[in-house]
Formats: sequence, structure tokens, C-alpha cells
Amino acid sequence: MDVIALVIGGFIGTILRYGLGNIIPASPDGFPLGILLINLAGCFFLGWFFTGATLRWRLRPEIRLGLGTGVTGAFTTFSTFSVQSVDLIQSAHYVAAAIYVLLSVVGGLILTFAGSKLAASQRKGQTS
Amino acid sequence: MIWLIGLGGVAGTLSRYYAGKWISAKTGSHYPWGTWFINISGSFILGILFALYARHEIPDLVWTVAGTGFCGGYTTFSTFGYETIQLVQKGERRKAVIYVVSSVAVGILFAFIGMKLA
Repeated sequence: MDVIALVIGGFIGTILRYGLGNIIPASPDGFPLGILLINLAGCFFLGWFFTGATLRWRLRPEIRLGLGTGVTGAFTTFSTFSVQSVDLIQSAHYVAAAIYVLLSVVGGLILTFAGSKLAASQRKGQTS
Repeated sequence: MIWLIGLGGVAGTLSRYYAGKWISAKTGSHYPWGTWFINISGSFILGILFALYARHEIPDLVWTVAGTGFCGGYTTFSTFGYETIQLVQKGERRKAVIYVVSSVAVGILFAFIGMKLA
């Protein structure tokens, strides 16, 4: 069941990233807005989902694996983030490169934390 | 085309899951070495593909299936974020800082090395 959950999840996450990446236009100076937004959204969702799945919801393990490790894991990407950072540096867009790295990393961590806090507070608010 | 990209992503996702499990079992530490190694090796492979694609040495299809599909599905930013806040929540702030800084610095360095080697 693990493999099936990962196959379906990985497929959906990858197609979503590819589709959204094509829809969100790169800015004129080549700033990779699409992958930035995808990674930030994925961070928020995974923080919320994994925290909720751990603390609150009784989910089947393959749902947690398929939606978290599969869909969200494949939706977000680290390799494109690295390559785009190098590409910005090599094309002498140093400020854009610094902004891209900082927004991705600091923004990603803040949003993961916010998602996690949201799921944890939902748990407290629940009267069961 | 879209099916091939999705299948590339499936291969990447399965590789991430099983390689991550294997590395975690080998290292046996609470430090997230699995995702660390996966994100850095994926950055290196994508660096190679990016340079080849920029020089028109690989066709569009190979770039999208192996690059966007496989490398994109293999590496992950969200798990990197989640593992970091887990370290913070466990009070392992120093490990969290080392994990973040080394993932980003070494990942970018290996993407660069991959581009230069290609």
C-alpha cells in the first residue's frame, strides 16, 4: 500500500508543480517566482498536515504518506531552487539571488511553523 | 508528455522515500541525513542536466522528464522545512541551524559543480 500511495501522490505532486510552474510567469529579470510560491505553499501545507496528522486526526498511514511524502514532497523541490540560485548568480543578478534564497528559506521555515501552529491550535480548539 | 513527466516524478518520489529510509537506517541518528543527502545529490544531477540543456545537448523531453520530473520529485523543500522545525521544537536549535545552512550552501555548491562538470 505504501508504494501505491507514493506512486499516486508523487504523480499528482509533480504534475501540479509542472502545471503551476507553466502558469506563473517568470518576472522580466528572470526571478523564479513560480518555484518560490510553490515551495512556500508546500511548506505551509506540510507543516499543517503533518502536525494535524500527528496530533489530531486519525488518518490511515498510507494517506499521510501519499499526501505528505508523495504529493507535497514531489510538489516542492530543492534541486530547482539550487540550480535557479546558481543561474541567478552566474547571470550577475546578485540581489535577486540573495532575495530568492532568503525568501525561500526564511519564508519556507516561517510558513512551515505557521502551518504547524495552525494545526496545533485547531486541536486545542476542538471540544471532541 | 505530461504522463512521462509524472512518471519521472513517481520514480523520483520512490527513490526519495527508499533512499531516505536506507540512509536513516544506516546513520541511525535524529539528524535528517536522508533528506540532506537527497537534496544535495539531486541538486548536483539537476546542475548537470541544466548545463546540458542550456547547450542544447539534451532534447526538451529529457530535460522535462529527468529534470522537472525525476529531480523535482526526488528532492523536496517542504520536508526540509518540516524536519527543521521538528529539530527546533525538540530544542535542537544548533542542529537546526547546521541543517539549514549546510543544506542550502552545499546544495547550491553542488548544483554549481554539476553545471561546471557537464
